[in-house]
Amino acid sequence: MSAALTARRMGASVLMIESANKDLRGGNSRHVRNIRYTHKAATDYVTGGYEADEYMADLMRVTDGNTNEELARFMIDASEDAVDWMLEQGIKFQPPLSGTLGLARTNAFFLGGGKAMMNSYFKACEKLGIDIVFEAEVETMEVADGRFEAAMVRHGGELHRVEARTVVLASGGFEANIEWLKEGWGEIADNFLVRGSPMNTGKVLRSMLDNGAKPIGAVDQCHAVAIDGRAPKFDGGIATRVDCVIFSVVVNKLGKRFYDEGEDIWPKRYAIWGRLVAKQPDQVAYAIIDQKSVGLFMPTVYSAIKADTLADLADQLGVDAAEMEKTIAEYNAAVQPGDFNPTEPDGCTTVGLEPAKTNWARKIDTPPYYGYPVKMGITFTYLGVEVNKSAQVIMNDDKPATNIWAAGEIMAGNILGQGYAGGTGMAIGTVFGRIAGEEAARHARN
Amino acid sequence: MPATETLEEAKRVMQICNSCRYCEGYCAVFPAMTKRLLFGDGDVTYLANLCHGCQGCFYACQYAPPHEFAVNVPKTFAELRAETYRDYAWPGVFKGLLEGNAKWVALITVVLTALLGIGTLMVQGVDKVTAVHTGAGAFYEVIPHNVIVYLASAPFALAIIAFIIGALKFWRDIGAKPAELFSPSAVWQALKDVGQMKYMAGGGHGCNYPNDNYSMGRRYAHQFTMWGFMLCFAATSVATLYHYAFGWEAPYDYLSIPVVLGTLGGIGIVIGPIGLLVIKKNADPEPRDTKRTGMDLAFLWMLILTGVTGLALLVLRETSLMGPLLIIHLGIVLALFVTFPYGKMAHAVYRMASLIRFAHERKPS
Ligand SMILES: Cc1cc2nc3c(=O)[nH]c(=O)nc-3n(C[C@H](O)[C@H](O)[C@H](O)COP(=O)(O)OP(=O)(O)OC[C@H]3O[C@@H](n4cnc5c(N)ncnc54)[C@H](O)[C@@H]3O)c2cc1C
Repeated sequence: MSAALTARRMGASVLMIESANKDLRGGNSRHVRNIRYTHKAATDYVTGGYEADEYMADLMRVTDGNTNEELARFMIDASEDAVDWMLEQGIKFQPPLSGTLGLARTNAFFLGGGKAMMNSYFKACEKLGIDIVFEAEVETMEVADGRFEAAMVRHGGELHRVEARTVVLASGGFEANIEWLKEGWGEIADNFLVRGSPMNTGKVLRSMLDNGAKPIGAVDQCHAVAIDGRAPKFDGGIATRVDCVIFSVVVNKLGKRFYDEGEDIWPKRYAIWGRLVAKQPDQVAYAIIDQKSVGLFMPTVYSAIKADTLADLADQLGVDAAEMEKTIAEYNAAVQPGDFNPTEPDGCTTVGLEPAKTNWARKIDTPPYYGYPVKMGITFTYLGVEVNKSAQVIMNDDKPATNIWAAGEIMAGNILGQGYAGGTGMAIGTVFGRIAGEEAARHARN
Repeated sequence: MPATETLEEAKRVMQICNSCRYCEGYCAVFPAMTKRLLFGDGDVTYLANLCHGCQGCFYACQYAPPHEFAVNVPKTFAELRAETYRDYAWPGVFKGLLEGNAKWVALITVVLTALLGIGTLMVQGVDKVTAVHTGAGAFYEVIPHNVIVYLASAPFALAIIAFIIGALKFWRDIGAKPAELFSPSAVWQALKDVGQMKYMAGGGHGCNYPNDNYSMGRRYAHQFTMWGFMLCFAATSVATLYHYAFGWEAPYDYLSIPVVLGTLGGIGIVIGPIGLLVIKKNADPEPRDTKRTGMDLAFLWMLILTGVTGLALLVLRETSLMGPLLIIHLGIVLALFVTFPYGKMAHAVYRMASLIRFAHERKPS
């Protein structure tokens, strides 16, 4: 979107090829909530300043330094006018409110979320005369010597050859392509849930890599979280998250614990639990709480499974009941007295338990008991094409492609080698999209 | 209480919304929702009546159909609201008037106007009704002042009683404390919200109309309607004061306070509802309760007819048409008042109650 609008404003004629239909248009972007961007002071949309240095430090921390520092720094600096630019396109933001998840200072929140944002973007496209074809899927790219010739596009049951002077790739990652995920994760990928669009199958990425684009990022690197195991296979979005882990005991199918549930406040641990769950038998785990913890965390889209005894709960969840009872009895015995405080790490811990629960450890002893099945929900993948500061795709010979640019998930791996900080996805897409659009339009004119 | 399926659907949808919360910037519904973990019958009834139908949350919804969650908050809530008006109607025997509402309103209007016309003709005779009357008390040559007062104030008073009883039952069922209804700060806050039609501004940019486009049209049209109605009410109040306190009899001068207020109000209740009719006609049917459009249309047409006949009466009051017009205008106003508790006017009562409740809830505790 940012590429198309920028290029169109520079006078280029733009064709947007979207594999989704009108209802599902806008990929993962229709699921987003906010954008993390550099800003000097509080505005109508954020509660305080967030300088480039702090942004950079945060990014270095979450990626463990696994980033292209130069590109990251450039992205962060350029994000400063991203929100103003989005406002100019007609996108609306909301004031910081209660539900802004501790990101009220660093991130600006779209009024109504990503779908409302995409509606505004599509409206802006219509106004500017950008041609959009829905239900048109790029199957393969024709690239010769680092030069884009044409795309083969399936539309209305037929394959069309679409030529253009320049092309911007913004087709997302391959998170909806289970077969490709298996290359990194093995057969267990069958049990992953895809939080976003079923359209992001990575066909464009695959074809570019086949055509000699230089890959970046590992095939199993991605953003993934623990979500409700009952969520739809695709497009479950934000509502399927399960936030009770820190107040719970998490067991696998065999009824055994496998990780410290109370390591840190939930937003910081949100992203590791997807991977943890993926390593359990059948890629599923169960968060168990008792009556005491009801209401301490964000409400869930599916009601908890409820029972008066742990054995009954285990049976309903399909967990080994005897083992789960034993696990919880051992856990209860290890819980130390302390001042429970749901809002910050409270030091309420277990002793002599392996693995320990290091915060919010309270006995699970007050019926009714509740359980949530959790599975790994994949947000987006990081393996992509390498780009330079102009968002130009780099080929295997380390030379930039003549007329191919990329933005968003398809090149997010340049910034995100691993880890994630909420709102970075939108920043990457918007910043590199604008640059890609500008460069592609300029090139097309010459 | 509204039907179980409607309530259950509202609860289902609110549970999904409460785990998403992307729409919290749009209106009062979502912040109020956030304060709840579980949704009982009263909670969803309250939230539904807090909803102004701006539809912002529908177009923003990643879970709207064809998504399997099939979330459609404006439609679900519109259905629940219509059932609120029906099920809190007092006395209960008149609930039926809220199904197929347009038909009933039309029938009542025609019957009342006809009865008034026949009665006047029988008592006064054709000559008197069609004569030109001028000067103080001119209207009362056709229908005596006392008769007008009784005819209009009786149904109006009954409507107020019916609404008070409905509102108190509603207030109890949404789980609010009786005393809160009379908290001056909350009532004042709610009055301000209504006066500005704050939540018809959605998240500050208007309702979504005719599709995902933001537009202030619906808010402005509603403002014309609401303030037009208020001005008409003010005009009548001033005229009543003139009559009883000062002994000044209508018709009043074109530049007198009652006539100026009434004229502006009359224009408001004509152009506002016309605007709303146009908006309804062009709007996307998906986020709306299309089963009960009749109730909305009936109310809007009644306001238009009230305004048009009132304005016509003003312009033609010194001609022989005054008598017939007075009968028609009065007949329509009568029918409007009689049907107040059994039609769309009810929205004002339960919305106001919900806004007072919200004003309490949002106070930092
Ligand atoms: C539930 C969820 C919540 C998120 N929340 C946030 C957040 O709050 N903040 C944030 O910054 N990031 C968030 N993200 C991440 C964010 O969504 C992505 O980083 C960002 O949307 C990527 O944008 P994109 O344009 O690269 O991809 P997308 O928005 O996914 O767009 C890709 C488009 O390409 C189309 N497409 C794919 N393949 C083809 C093909 N072969 N031919 C034609 N068209 C094709 C798709 O239909 C789609 O329209 C979230 C992601 C999810 C899933």
